[in-house]
Amino acid sequence: MSFEPLKTVTSKTIVLSAANIDTDQIMPAKFLSMTTKAGLGEHVFANLRYDAEGNLTDHELNSEAGKACKILIGGHNFGCGSSREHAPWGLTDYGFRVVISSEIADIFRGNSLKNGLLPIIIDKKAHEWLLDNPGADVTVDLESCQVRLPGNGGTYDFNVDAFSRYCLMEGVDEMGYLNKQDSAIAAYEAKIAS
Amino acid sequence: MAKTLFDKVWERHIVVPETDDHPATFFIDLHLIHEVTSPQAFTELANRGLKVRRPDLTLATIDHSTPTLINEDGTRPYVTAQAETQVNTLLENTKKHGIETHGWESDNRGIVHVMGPEIGATQPGMTIVCGDSHTATHGAFGSIAFGIGTTQVGHVLANQCLLMRKPKTMAINVNGQLQAGVTPKDVILAIIAKIGVGGGTGYALEFRGNVFEEMSMAGRMTVCNMAIEAGSRIGMVAPDQTTFDYMQGRRKAPRAAGGEFARACEEWASLASDEGAAFDKEVHLDAAKITPMVTYGTHPGMGISITDIIPAAADKAEQAALDYMQLESGAKIAGQRVDKVFIGSCTNSRLEDLRAAAKILEGRKVQVTTIIVPGSGVTKAAAEKEGLDKVFESAGAQWRDAGCSMCLGMNGDIGAPGDLVVSTSNRNFMGRQGPGVRTVLASPETAAASAVNGTITDPRSMGVAA
Ligand code: SF4
Repeated sequence: MSFEPLKTVTSKTIVLSAANIDTDQIMPAKFLSMTTKAGLGEHVFANLRYDAEGNLTDHELNSEAGKACKILIGGHNFGCGSSREHAPWGLTDYGFRVVISSEIADIFRGNSLKNGLLPIIIDKKAHEWLLDNPGADVTVDLESCQVRLPGNGGTYDFNVDAFSRYCLMEGVDEMGYLNKQDSAIAAYEAKIAS
Repeated sequence: MAKTLFDKVWERHIVVPETDDHPATFFIDLHLIHEVTSPQAFTELANRGLKVRRPDLTLATIDHSTPTLINEDGTRPYVTAQAETQVNTLLENTKKHGIETHGWESDNRGIVHVMGPEIGATQPGMTIVCGDSHTATHGAFGSIAFGIGTTQVGHVLANQCLLMRKPKTMAINVNGQLQAGVTPKDVILAIIAKIGVGGGTGYALEFRGNVFEEMSMAGRMTVCNMAIEAGSRIGMVAPDQTTFDYMQGRRKAPRAAGGEFARACEEWASLASDEGAAFDKEVHLDAAKITPMVTYGTHPGMGISITDIIPAAADKAEQAALDYMQLESGAKIAGQRVDKVFIGSCTNSRLEDLRAAAKILEGRKVQVTTIIVPGSGVTKAAAEKEGLDKVFESAGAQWRDAGCSMCLGMNGDIGAPGDLVVSTSNRNFMGRQGPGVRTVLASPETAAASAVNGTITDPRSMGVAA
């Protein structure tokens, strides 16, 4: 579960503007029985990308240009619903590094940060601009915690907690960090056992 | 300083306090696992050469991908080979790591959020996690219980800890007298309709007021179960005598002998929020105004009274939801044609829920396919002891084996495209119960009444009072 360090990303965006896109739409339940993570990118947004017969649709997620996009713009309250981590796994396996919305559901946000996907909750005005300008060249700078929109779109700050930022920029994960706290955990266990 | 229930349980579990630079290291008392969200975590452990730190604090079952009917020859019709592999992977992993597992041979096997409380593993004041978003169910006991992702399942397996930032707290106060025929499911649907599917985001909820004080543990579990549908990972009710009575004598509960149970109760009683404890946010609902609720859209916040008309869409997303549901604003929700009924899920599959459904189905016949799935083997046996299975079968409903079943259809129990399913589960997302299936969330009473009429029906018309 280690990942490429993430400092700056510049990419065209893909826009999925519907509000309340839940994790079931991102990764339908039928793919949850996979016991590995690799290849989940093929199934991300499966209901948009495949028709009833399983043939590829002409959705932009299936286009070569789409597959090169690293930044996904989602409608309000993106990632709500079930806690399935297959959603961020699928998104990162597809190639996304950043998801931007005006509201991103808690669990999905946490799951994303743990898997090298940066969730950005952005100002409503910037969000509207992004929804209105699919395919724009956007820069996300984790060093300065800013999203830069092209032309006169403007520059917007975003928040990410210091720890997640550290992990993303270094490409380290939480399990390694926790493993190092072994003695504190052992001391706590001894305390509650007594 | 006056403290909330959440604060008290939180503070007891801090291994390393949080700072601006890093989150708290937070100890987990009970880790529940099932087949869907654990395999990649065990793989990760193996890749790093780690073992399970506290198998004694880990408890496993199989529920999501398990068939609810057995073949005539006794074999189990898994929906896919992959589902069977997933179940077997869980069984192998837990065996290898010495984790107590309720597999096919255990009567306790069932939906993880039904099983934990039933065997007394869920206890007040605990921290409980599971790779499953409805883990908040266990908060009904006054524990901090929440869903985690598979990466975190790996963290807990390896370290019995999680990295956490303290959330804010929100009190949801429901006071007054509930009308006859209004159930806990209606209360939580009314709460979600009021605060919205994102209303609880970032908060731990505490359900407060006489309505919850007077509620059974099953009812409290129904309410806490759906905290996530209001955007919150955690929903809690303070432990009280109702909680203690439920705990008494359960297999994993403290023993009465030697005063262990009495001491535990005393400690549990001290967890309730102190008089004057401040919450970051407070919400109030008048119990008397709540009626039986149903959803009409594609998220649990789109809920209305069963006596209401379908409201106009507020935006494009709501219009898309109405289109998907094939419902028109201005029409009455009651009387809409129903194709199937599902009674089950970790929201409403406990004995009390089954009794409520049986009360309506007794002496009546269902007009549509009705699938009733108990939450666990133990619940199934208890229901059969009371003869509920006979009531269901003579009403023409199907009585199945325990599991998640049609709540998310992972095991193949799904509706046909276009079906309108009245369901006692917790999510009405597009396609959750099968591609194109239209889900209407409701209480067991409303689901049963709708099965009888073949249309969405106010259960009060069938003469039930709570
Ligand atoms: S019954 Fe439904 S919500 Fe509950 S654990 Fe199973 S799938 Fe999840």
